[in-house]
Amino acid sequence: MSRIQSVFATLKQQGKTALIPYITAGDPHPKCTVSLMHTLVKYGADMIELGVPFSDPMADGPVIQRASERALLHKVGLTTVLEMVKTFRETDQNTPIILMGYANPIEAIGALAFADRAKAADVDGVITVDYPPEECGEFVKELRARDIDPVFLLSPTTEPKRVELIVSQASGFVYYVSLKGVTGAANLDIAEVAERVASIRQKTNLPVGVGFGIRDAATAKATAAIADAVVVGSRMVLAIEASNEDNLLSNVATLMIELKAAVDAA
Amino acid sequence: MQLYDMPDARGHFGQYGGTFVAETLVEALDELRMTYEKYRHDPVFLAELAYDLKYFVGRPSPIYHAKRWSDRVGGAQIYLKREDLNHTGAHKVNNTVGQALLAKRMGKPRVIAETGAGQHGVATATIAARLGLECVVYMGSEDIKRQAPNVYRMKLLGATVVPVESGSKTLKDALNEAMRDWVTNVHNTFYIIGTVAGPHPYPMMVRDFQAVIGVEAKQQMQEMVGRQPDAVVACVGGGSNAMGIFYPYIDVPNVRLIGVEAAGLGMETGKHAAPLTANSPVGVLHGNRTYLMQDVDGNIIETHSISAGLDYPGVGPEHAWLKDIKRAEYVAVTDDEAMTAFHSLCRTEGIIPALESSHALAYAEKLAKTMSKDKIVLVNLSGRGDKDINTVAKLANITL
Repeated sequence: MSRIQSVFATLKQQGKTALIPYITAGDPHPKCTVSLMHTLVKYGADMIELGVPFSDPMADGPVIQRASERALLHKVGLTTVLEMVKTFRETDQNTPIILMGYANPIEAIGALAFADRAKAADVDGVITVDYPPEECGEFVKELRARDIDPVFLLSPTTEPKRVELIVSQASGFVYYVSLKGVTGAANLDIAEVAERVASIRQKTNLPVGVGFGIRDAATAKATAAIADAVVVGSRMVLAIEASNEDNLLSNVATLMIELKAAVDAA
Repeated sequence: MQLYDMPDARGHFGQYGGTFVAETLVEALDELRMTYEKYRHDPVFLAELAYDLKYFVGRPSPIYHAKRWSDRVGGAQIYLKREDLNHTGAHKVNNTVGQALLAKRMGKPRVIAETGAGQHGVATATIAARLGLECVVYMGSEDIKRQAPNVYRMKLLGATVVPVESGSKTLKDALNEAMRDWVTNVHNTFYIIGTVAGPHPYPMMVRDFQAVIGVEAKQQMQEMVGRQPDAVVACVGGGSNAMGIFYPYIDVPNVRLIGVEAAGLGMETGKHAAPLTANSPVGVLHGNRTYLMQDVDGNIIETHSISAGLDYPGVGPEHAWLKDIKRAEYVAVTDDEAMTAFHSLCRTEGIIPALESSHALAYAEKLAKTMSKDKIVLVNLSGRGDKDINTVAKLANITL
């Protein structure tokens, strides 16, 4: 059983929903990333989604675009991100790490070499925004051969037939993007999300995570009531952006405490 | 002989092309693909397209024998396919007319576009005005500065021009922003991509709409000189005008197809926009796999060209394929060489070419010199240079 699968199994026994914060590796500075990761875990992260900076983040809104730009100023690429995961693992062998990013940094290394290096760094899952299942069969095979979960996105526009195709490729969990639009967009319609999540559950036993548009305790709580995992990205990055070197970790801790309480209260 | 038949059903040209997009767009692309399949051979659709191309765009565009320039160059005879004479001043309108007819059939009231030099933006704004569609054009703020006349033209035509401040503030970033808009407004919006890049079916569809250039050229060359040219030369940024003139020639033997990329300040400086000539690594950007200018981490690097329309780090996937199978050759010329050709054509033929097209002219001149007087080089003069006069004047330290 992969680390992601066992975390979901444990939470299910406890009747709980996973909280998965997202941060972009290298934002605001590469030296902060590993301590930020430990802070996230200390204040309730069940898993961490670690963004790989990319020059052309087409599916991201302005908040995560800016995070990518800040990280790229310090030349944080996929190789550096994998080193950060290795360092994190020196003191945390339990928290699943899911890399989230775009296809080209992986293509630059090569699917096979990336899978080897991700395994060596002890990465648990990979979300590649612009790798739909039709285009990444080999990549998925390489990941699964190493017990790394390929996590796929499902969107409000995904047809039922396609949901079947996607869940047949995915492992770990599936990630329902709760909005049409880029990360950080507004107006989450919880009733609609609930309906979609229910229909996804008819097609798969995989846990269903929900993200995009979760901006506060109220939306986190409402989402937690219908999902197996709540992913918080742009709101997390905004807290990092609004911080300085002195209050970075405490600001992130404050937000995590608020979100964790909301998710646990659902 | 086996005829050229690309791409495959999923939009692959060998290892290139494909559909590398976020899940939210998959459904929209499926809908577009099915709509295009339905209409691409439909006689009513094709008749409507032909009508627009004839009476709105002003096709066919003539082929012109640049005699005086050929004499001055002193080699092969140079002929120009005059896409600069189209309504809106470039080949871009051939494609926007076609895609807008599809948008109308799909019932989408809003169209969006990305633009570099502004030609595609103007062509989209033009057809949107004619069909009464809302139009939003994304343009890098860097390009807005160097193409001010086109920005104003789009506004006159009723379009909203949105400056893009992210990344390198040029064409690739405009494309990112248009994609973000499309993901958000996919229910009522048709994205009119201006080049033979993007996810399937765009590279194929834009090629098909632009192929009218090559189809006409074949017929016109036959009528004018009784044979086909020895070489066809076209500039390549994303590569739509080149694909348009190359495509009908792919199965014609003994016609060299030569794509001319922007060498910017010189290939050796790294400040260029010539991924094919530089043999850049293959990667994924903007929905397709192709040659891409990138660093070791797979991040896209900034490109340089004097011409905004060529300032793009990738290239249409079909060009990548034609390079690999050696059916087309790809070369690059510098900013300076393009400028020299620009001035030559102005002074010897009374034609002001676009800076993009000037790259093709510059290479045609080099090539013609090596050929005898009975040989023929056909250049796709993809656009007129009125939009570039500010850039050219600035180089001469003149303020207009």
